[in-house]
Amino acid sequence: MAIDAEDVVSPPGPVLTRTIHVTVNGVLHKSTVQNRMLLVHYLRERLRLTGTHVGCDTAHCGACTVLVDGVPVKSCNLLAVQVHGRSVQTVEGLESGGKLHPVQEGFTNEHGLQCGYCTPGMMMASVALLASNPNPTEDEIRRGISGNLCRCTGYVNIVKAIQYASTKMRDAPKGGP
Amino acid sequence: MYPPNFEYYAPTTLQEAIGLLDQHQGEAKVLAGGQSLLGMMKLRLAQPAALIDINRIPDLAYIREDSSTLAIGALTRTAELGRSDVIRSRYPILSDAGAEIADPTVRNWGTVGGNVSHGDPGNDLPACMMALGAEYRAEGPKGPRSIPARQFYQDSFVTALQPNEVLTEVRIPRASPGTGSAYSKMERKVGDFATAAVAVRLVVGAGGVVERAGIGLTNVGPTAIYASAASEFLAGKTGTDADLKRVGELAAEASRPFPDNRGPVEFKREMVRVWTRRTVARAIARAKGGR
Repeated sequence: MAIDAEDVVSPPGPVLTRTIHVTVNGVLHKSTVQNRMLLVHYLRERLRLTGTHVGCDTAHCGACTVLVDGVPVKSCNLLAVQVHGRSVQTVEGLESGGKLHPVQEGFTNEHGLQCGYCTPGMMMASVALLASNPNPTEDEIRRGISGNLCRCTGYVNIVKAIQYASTKMRDAPKGGP
Repeated sequence: MYPPNFEYYAPTTLQEAIGLLDQHQGEAKVLAGGQSLLGMMKLRLAQPAALIDINRIPDLAYIREDSSTLAIGALTRTAELGRSDVIRSRYPILSDAGAEIADPTVRNWGTVGGNVSHGDPGNDLPACMMALGAEYRAEGPKGPRSIPARQFYQDSFVTALQPNEVLTEVRIPRASPGTGSAYSKMERKVGDFATAAVAVRLVVGAGGVVERAGIGLTNVGPTAIYASAASEFLAGKTGTDADLKRVGELAAEASRPFPDNRGPVEFKREMVRVWTRRTVARAIARAKGGR
C-alpha cells in the first residue's frame, strides 16, 4: 500500500502543514499537506494518481514531469504548497471521453516505449512542446525533450511518436483532435 | 525523498518577505524557483528552518530595456532568456546561456535571481553577469542597495547578499553600438554543470579595434571568476590569431579549477584556454554583425 504523507514519521517538533486548493486534471482538490511534501508525492500518494513516476528524484530524468498552468515542470523538485491556486495536469488527464490524446496515440502506434517508465513524463513534455511549437523539426523535438531521459529506446521511436502526434493534431478538423 | 521539515511562508509583498527573513535571523531561505535549493534540502546539504516563497509577490518577473539599462526581474524564469527578442538580438550572451542552463523543463521554473544568487560555481549566469558588468539590486530592512556582480561572489555558496536581503533585480548596462557577446559551455550531457564555460562581452569600435571587454569563467574555481587580465588585454586589439591565443592563455591563468569526474586540473585549464579563444572570436564576429 502506498504511504500517505501523514503516515511518514516526522522529525521532532510540530508537524508543519498547510491547506492548499489545487485543480488537478480539471478537478478542484482541497488538501492539508505537510509543507515539505513534494508535488509528486501529493499526486501519487494523496490523490492516488500513480501515472506520474518518481525516477531519479534529483530533477534530472523527467519521469515526474507534469504541467503546472500548462508549463512542464519536474514534480519531484516542487513542493505541493507551491501549486496552491494553480492548475496541474498529469498523464491521467490526457485522454478525454475515453479517447486517447494524439500524443498517447503516437506513443502507442509508433511504439515509443519499451519498459514504459519514462513514458508519462515524456508524453507530458511532448504535449507542452507541441502546444508551443505545433510543427517542430526533428532537432527541435530532440531539444524539446532533452529534460527527459529514456534508457531503453534510444529515442528514435519517441521522436516518431511526437511527429505522429504533430501530424495528427495539424490534420485534425477544427474543434478537437 | 522528503526534505527536512520547515516553516513555509508565501508573502504577497516584498516588505513582508524582508520582515520574515529579518525575523528568522539567517535561518530562513528565499524560495524562488527552488531548482537548486530543494535538491540540496532533499540531500540535507541545506536545512533552513523556514522557506520564504516569493512567487506570490507581483511584479518581480520582467525584462525591460530603457535608454541606459537592461533590467531583469529576479523571478524571471531562465526559459524567458531564450524567448525575449530584446535579449536574443542585443544580449545574445544571455540567450546562449539560457539555452544551456540545466534542461528545458528545469528552466521553466528556475529563475534568473536564483541562478545569480545561489553562489554555486556551476551556475551559468554569474560569469555572464560579470562579463556584462551587471549590478544586483538587493533589498533589505535598511532599504535597497546595489552590488556589482564582479564583487558579489566570495566563495562557493558565499555571496555578498545578507541573510535578510532579497535580490530583486539584475541591472545590465545597455548594449552600445558595436557590442558583441557570447557564452560557450562545455558540458558532458544536457543538464550537467559545465566542465568549463566562458562568457564574453566586448565593444568593437572604428577600424575593428576592441575598445573594452569583459570575460567571465564558469565552474573552474570556487566561484565564477572575472578574468580581469584577459579582459584588459583585449582593449586595443583587433582579434588576430596571436591576440586570441594570448587572451586564451590569460584566461586559463585566471582559472583555479578543481579536479573531479569532469576531468583533472590540467585538462580544465586547457579547455578554458581553447573555449576562451573561440568565444572571443564569436563575440567579435557578432559585434561586426554576424551570428
